[in-house]
Amino acid sequence: MYTQGLDQSGKGETGARGEETAAQLDAFQARIDAEEKIEAKDWMPEAYRRTLIRQISQHAHSEIIGMQPEGNWLTRAPSLKRKAILLAKVQDEAGHGLYLYSAAETLGVSRDQMVADLLSGKAKYSSIFNYPTLSWADVGAIGWLVDGAAIMNQIPLCRCSYGPYSRAMIRVCKEESFHQRQGYEIMLMLCRGTEEQKAMAQDALNRFWWPSLMMFGPSDTDSKHSAQSMRWKIKRFSNDELRQKFIDVTVPQAEFLGLTVPDENLRLNEETGHYEHSEIDWREFYDVLAGNGPCNRQRMGKRRKAHDDGAWVREAARAYAEKRAAVAA
Amino acid sequence: MTDKEWPLYEVFIRSRSGLSHRHAGSVHAADDEMALTNARDTYTRRNEGVSIWVVRSDKIVASDPDEAAAFFEPAKDKVYRHPTFYDIPDEVENL
Repeated sequence: MYTQGLDQSGKGETGARGEETAAQLDAFQARIDAEEKIEAKDWMPEAYRRTLIRQISQHAHSEIIGMQPEGNWLTRAPSLKRKAILLAKVQDEAGHGLYLYSAAETLGVSRDQMVADLLSGKAKYSSIFNYPTLSWADVGAIGWLVDGAAIMNQIPLCRCSYGPYSRAMIRVCKEESFHQRQGYEIMLMLCRGTEEQKAMAQDALNRFWWPSLMMFGPSDTDSKHSAQSMRWKIKRFSNDELRQKFIDVTVPQAEFLGLTVPDENLRLNEETGHYEHSEIDWREFYDVLAGNGPCNRQRMGKRRKAHDDGAWVREAARAYAEKRAAVAA
Repeated sequence: MTDKEWPLYEVFIRSRSGLSHRHAGSVHAADDEMALTNARDTYTRRNEGVSIWVVRSDKIVASDPDEAAAFFEPAKDKVYRHPTFYDIPDEVENL
């Protein structure tokens, strides 16, 4: 479902390392500037490799953890049709996580290492998944807003300079549109339903609006490593540019539903054609990132338990494969 | 028993008959059979394929990108392998 502008968390990753010569770095930058794709075995600066490993693995972790808030509603979906749709969507999120782990592995990091980093809390995932899904309308709001924000961020990643990441994102983007449309349709049905159902939709929008805007990451003035990622064409637009684009397309969609965006300062600037909005509460953002969101502990607890509970399956499958290989030999 | 990582397989998919298999990504699996079903579940949830190949990643032999210039060099100076190398008067048709 999503990656977040979390690239500020790395330390000392912009400087060139001693053994990388200026000529190598210049030749690499020239390839990037010529819009050439970098492939797995090509020479690349160590900082480029590490930035990508961090970003792609965070993105993968977000997909995996992102199954939980919606997975909560699988057994409570209001109809068989909605249940089938939600199952397919949650399965897609697992698939997206796997495409991304596969892309990250081409950079020389093992799947086990990435999983270990997630489980130990060393690696981050998108803060949006630390918010609870309290009603069925939340499933609609997630599809519409969270997947909508993800699409906004992921489309430019399809042109990312690193080939395997770019190809994984193309695959993800093809599947993501269904996610957003099914979410909007849920909202639409609720808004055309009873007063109570519409109130449920409004409540979901109220709770998911600001966290969705935070998905684009810190404001440009605070996002230290954005410039380097832009030079490397890992990133094509700044956090604030993407956030603005998202607001501009989403507000009319809310109006169509007859819902009110929970921001009293929201207004269209006729001159610029863009919506102006209130300042984002960055304290909440950093707080959730630091592990203090409403569901951080629950999400990690569930992931660790699933990993531990599955250990015997992984071992048994491996033992069976080894035994069969030994018999064949 | 240790929780050792399952081997990595590369996945190639034929999207429809008439086309060749194309690299899609990779999966981990304990054995070949599981690699096939994992590849199906991961890469063909929307009928993207009619045939799948999986092969252990460590069995693939690949050329070295750092040696690419030298490796592919022998093909570079043989312009006479291309039809445009030959000067044929415009009056001659069907050639």
